[in-house]
Amino acid sequence: MPSTLVIGGGPAGLAAAWAAVQSGDAVTLLDDNPALGGQIWRGEIPARYRRFLDPRITIRTGVQIHSATQLPKADRIILATGTRERFLPFPGWTLPHVLGAGGLQAMVKSGLPIAGKRVVVAGAGPLLLAVAAYLRKRGAKIVLVAEQAPYQRVSRFTQSLWRTPGKLLQAAQLALGLRYRTDAWPLRADPGSVTIQGHGVLPCDYLACGFGLVTNTELPELLGCRVDTGAVITDSKQRTTVPHIHFAGAGSVDRSILEGQIAGFDLERARALYPARDAAVRFDRRIDEAFQLRSELSTLATPETIICRCEDVPFSAVWQQRDWRSAKLQTRCGMGPCQGRICGPALEHLCGWPAASVRPPIFPTRLENLLDLRD
Amino acid sequence: MIAVTINGRRVDVEPGTTVAAAVMRGQAGFRRSVTGELRGPLCGMGICMECRVTLNGRPHERSCQLLCAEGMEIATDA
Repeated sequence: MPSTLVIGGGPAGLAAAWAAVQSGDAVTLLDDNPALGGQIWRGEIPARYRRFLDPRITIRTGVQIHSATQLPKADRIILATGTRERFLPFPGWTLPHVLGAGGLQAMVKSGLPIAGKRVVVAGAGPLLLAVAAYLRKRGAKIVLVAEQAPYQRVSRFTQSLWRTPGKLLQAAQLALGLRYRTDAWPLRADPGSVTIQGHGVLPCDYLACGFGLVTNTELPELLGCRVDTGAVITDSKQRTTVPHIHFAGAGSVDRSILEGQIAGFDLERARALYPARDAAVRFDRRIDEAFQLRSELSTLATPETIICRCEDVPFSAVWQQRDWRSAKLQTRCGMGPCQGRICGPALEHLCGWPAASVRPPIFPTRLENLLDLRD
Repeated sequence: MIAVTINGRRVDVEPGTTVAAAVMRGQAGFRRSVTGELRGPLCGMGICMECRVTLNGRPHERSCQLLCAEGMEIATDA
């Protein structure tokens, strides 16, 4: 029986594991988190997708992959390492009441009470609305949803949703009763408040803030898959440039599930899903266009603003550097425990530097774990 | 309910609560940065490393990726 190893238990990974089992493979799925479902579902897998949890899949959660030698042997690997939020530095973004938009949602889903708390949600993209709607359902007072994109772009995008009425309905339900404003972005955060462009100082218990999504390309890169401008290069069957390694799951849930199935199925069954996947990719592209980051966002950081939160490197130390590599060598920017996962995408926006190459271990780990790998 | 200790104080949480969520119920700051700034969770998904705590004596554990277990001893910088 051919074996498939799936890394990542979000929508794409679960769909891939299920599809690979249907195709007769012995499937092992590994995930870093305590529960399956990825960041979007977090253990609450919707009823219509529970079939993905086929009992024939060997599932191991809470497994952190830090190097390639740690991976169990398999005939085929499907990487479904997901996405993370992009954070942009502005004065006060390192204060403890400032979290990611998805970050605060994750905290609430994992046990943080939010009822009665005042929350400003700010940044870019449709995730802001989803987060605000979720937090409000859990009792939070949503002070404002601040979308940085200009009104014209967002309204053009909303009007185009008539082509996909289901999505329009979804957006309308989410937006219902929320104070959603375009052309608005955080200028600075202070303890207990945030200043939003066009809206002044807003007192809040939390600022939930995210500027779109970044693909987690560290493991694909480590395994030699070609990555271009933040995306893992794949063919129509979701194959990367490395034989036997597939990649699935960048973007929306719908797209991730389709990509996962395409990666997991045999060629014939996969092909039937290409048109739906291609449509989902086109939809994601329209989202990216509508919510692309405005240039003003790269001027928010002052010379004192911390860019690298691990090593506390201020913007003034980084901006004269030639590139990411020299910033690392000269200032230790990106050299801390997150290994540039937070400041890398920020500097990509601020300075136009493409991310530097990765090296193992891709997560900090204990020496004892590295020593275990010798046998 | 699960009983954990946060900086010596007993806290009861629902099963399924992460260590990060348990700590954040009582305080915003988790750790001191290399220059002494107070920091708390940012990404909530095991990537930013801002939520690190000392867990049962082991430093630098990512609190957002770990579930509370009975008797856990959690210590923060602040």
